[in-house]
Amino acid sequence: MVGITSYGAYIPWYRMNRTVIFEQLGWFNPANASVARGEKAVANYDEDSITMAVAAALDCLGEKSRGSVDGLYLGSTSLPFAQRQNAAVVSTGLDLPSGMRTADFGGSTKAGTSALLAALDAARGGGKTIACASENRLAKPGSSQEHTYGDGAAAFLTGDEDVLAQFKGSFSVSSDFIDFRRTQEEKFSHGWEERWIRDGGYSRIIPEAVSGLLDRYTLKITDFAKIILACPAAGAMKGLIKTIGASPEQMQDTMIAQVGDTGAALPLMMLAAALEDAKAGDKILVVSYGSGSDALWFEVTNEIAKAQKSNRKGISGHLAERNDLSVYAKYLVFRHLIPLEVGIRGEEISPTAMSALGRDGNAISALVGSRCRACGTPQYPKQRICVNPDCGAVDDMEDYRFSDKVGTLVSYTGDNLAFSWDPPQIYGLVDFENGGRILLDLTDCSLDSVKVKMPVTMSFRRKYADPQRGYYGYFWKAVPVK
Amino acid sequence: MAKGIKNEVAIIGVGCTTFGELWDKDASDLMVDAFQEALQDAGIEKKDIDAAWFGTCFDEVNVGKSALSLTKTLKLPFIPATRVENFCASGTESFRGACYAVASGACDIALAMGVEKLKDTGYGGLPDFGNLLGSQNRAIFANLTAPGGFAMLATAYFDKYGLSPEEGKLALAHISSKSHHNGTLSPKAHLKSEVSIEKIMNAPIIAWPLGLFDCCGVSDGAACAIVCRADKAKDFRKDPVYVKGLQIAVTSGEEMAYQKWDGTHVMPTYRAGCAAFKEAGIANPREEISMMEVHDCFSITELSTYEDLQISPRGKAVHDIEAGFFDLDGQIPCQTDGGLKCFGHPIGASGLRMIYEEYKQLQGKAGERQIEDPRIGLTHNLGGFPCMSVVSVALFGNTL
Repeated sequence: MVGITSYGAYIPWYRMNRTVIFEQLGWFNPANASVARGEKAVANYDEDSITMAVAAALDCLGEKSRGSVDGLYLGSTSLPFAQRQNAAVVSTGLDLPSGMRTADFGGSTKAGTSALLAALDAARGGGKTIACASENRLAKPGSSQEHTYGDGAAAFLTGDEDVLAQFKGSFSVSSDFIDFRRTQEEKFSHGWEERWIRDGGYSRIIPEAVSGLLDRYTLKITDFAKIILACPAAGAMKGLIKTIGASPEQMQDTMIAQVGDTGAALPLMMLAAALEDAKAGDKILVVSYGSGSDALWFEVTNEIAKAQKSNRKGISGHLAERNDLSVYAKYLVFRHLIPLEVGIRGEEISPTAMSALGRDGNAISALVGSRCRACGTPQYPKQRICVNPDCGAVDDMEDYRFSDKVGTLVSYTGDNLAFSWDPPQIYGLVDFENGGRILLDLTDCSLDSVKVKMPVTMSFRRKYADPQRGYYGYFWKAVPVK
Repeated sequence: MAKGIKNEVAIIGVGCTTFGELWDKDASDLMVDAFQEALQDAGIEKKDIDAAWFGTCFDEVNVGKSALSLTKTLKLPFIPATRVENFCASGTESFRGACYAVASGACDIALAMGVEKLKDTGYGGLPDFGNLLGSQNRAIFANLTAPGGFAMLATAYFDKYGLSPEEGKLALAHISSKSHHNGTLSPKAHLKSEVSIEKIMNAPIIAWPLGLFDCCGVSDGAACAIVCRADKAKDFRKDPVYVKGLQIAVTSGEEMAYQKWDGTHVMPTYRAGCAAFKEAGIANPREEISMMEVHDCFSITELSTYEDLQISPRGKAVHDIEAGFFDLDGQIPCQTDGGLKCFGHPIGASGLRMIYEEYKQLQGKAGERQIEDPRIGLTHNLGGFPCMSVVSVALFGNTL
């Protein structure tokens, strides 16, 4: 039996009520009143589709052994790098072994299910693969997509042991249906008329995939306990339910009102949410959309009860942790949609030595330090001579990963002089459970909520950008436990 | 057991420029001004100098690397000259080089010069650190600035000793207000205005909990000292100043990586202080020291330094501050010339500026800010951040 062996999700902390956008640009495009409802999840200034994929994959992995994972597939239409494999960045961030198959899937909002299908195919050959989908799409100010798009990620571990949702079959449709398009050189997509996309896209292609799957496996739509249609257009959804013959109770919520249209991540995030409420024996239908459609059939097993008891945050946990982003200009700044006077401190970026990064290996990417075999002291960065003044052992170290450890704040500040896209720059000295201490930036918090001795966990973030040299530097930051 | 250099070296001449935002002067102008003053003070000629040490920190925006800019500017005649850099202790580090050369007998007379031209960087505050802490700085180090690094000292201190932010900031405000007062009596100081406690308390926050007036001036300036062997000093002047102790302590990295340091003080300050007191034979610093110039880059640094130098007991500096112990008319006046806070902080020059002040005070030539009958003066430099620092502590006296 192959299928999903674990699941996880990530939704950024910031949520923006869509009226915040409409209040600023509704004068320009009054028709957006129809989409200016509910809220959307917005990635923090230091997040992108790579960092959110890491967060979702960490939520998925939990206590599971990372050493046995042998593949990572990443689906997204908003990956930061055109060259430098994004999946490899995620994989090294997770401290997964190098004996791995990694691949990026992109080009279409179907990319998330493409990644998941590839992972499930690998499971048939005994593979243990993480399939992530993550999205952080840019929309032009004043567009309806600016209202509807949201940021988020989901991740699944696939394999043939401890399967909690058995993969029973799939049916895919490929179509060069040009609803949205974007070239390599462009920042924003171009779309054709929304009514045509509704009628010729969602309403035609999704049913084609659904009926293809039902026919292939001689199933009825009523066999499914949950149906996931990754159709972000509420207008098309009503008709779709009718077309495929489903009842509204079978339909999994799209979370458009709380998170937004997360593109390639949408069907996977909906599947993660469905699994949080599923029970053994449930049949689940997952249907993506974009340049065609993938329809996937899962059947939930008895393993689900154990999985639901683990301490993952999942969709529901992340939905419960939110912070209002009520200033539209802040959103524009986070997404670099307006030129900001960053001052000389914001302009100065010294070059990053790729060779030094390579030499440091997982020290930077996965926050791996060393632990002294003689005295047991964990330390960061990796040392050859033990930092414990009463020890001083030489070359007697083993690797020690800090990124999955909880820490407490020894001290902190909110620095208004340091350049940050969201000043003040908060940072502090963090002591880790079982030893070790690192000076780290803090994120996803406000200065007045930070206190000495506060517990923090580690989060993989974009630490800096060097646009002149085409580089994003990733590192770990501390996030106060909420 | 090394015996140290107590009473081996004497200062016979000093020079110091006005500090400030000196838009019309570059580093070479400042060096010439400080040097000419010191030559005149010592009553010697340039050819009498056997070797020179040169302290400067930000070479990238300042005078470039090596001692070339010193020797070319002063036209020193093919003598040994060495540039030293040890963050904010660079000035004292150059002084140490000169003193050790004289104490060893390698030289009869040596020059220590420190300079920094910070106001050509385009930054308010110190320039971006870039790769100052190594090529991986940007990749792994927190997005730290100087005020932020020191603000963490305040956060931890307030927490440990149960001070509310208002209580803590009030004590810090007293420190800054005192230095502003002293600065008004210091003709060469960068900032020469009285500032009220209320204004200090309500100033914009630079790095929580530190506000604008908790931060020192960022200045241009140069200072220098000429030293000779102590037994020859009276050949040059009747009132030389003797080096009693001169120590530098550099962290092993323990504070940043080992869970022992509590973040409320500066370990190398304590260690350098202990070593200097031992070298000078000082058993009770609170009773024996007459005055201090400490590295008040931020008000909290000054507070924690009182405790690390064993002047105030741990956790009790606030009491001494509020009792006026460190005021100009207090038991141990601190920052008699305004300190880094108001005299200004051209990094490489600061250690030598402090020595300039102690020298003048010990000679009774400090003008309006002269304190009564000083015997032992202390200078203290702190380079880096509280969590990883280079610290110098030096002691001076007017008798052998």
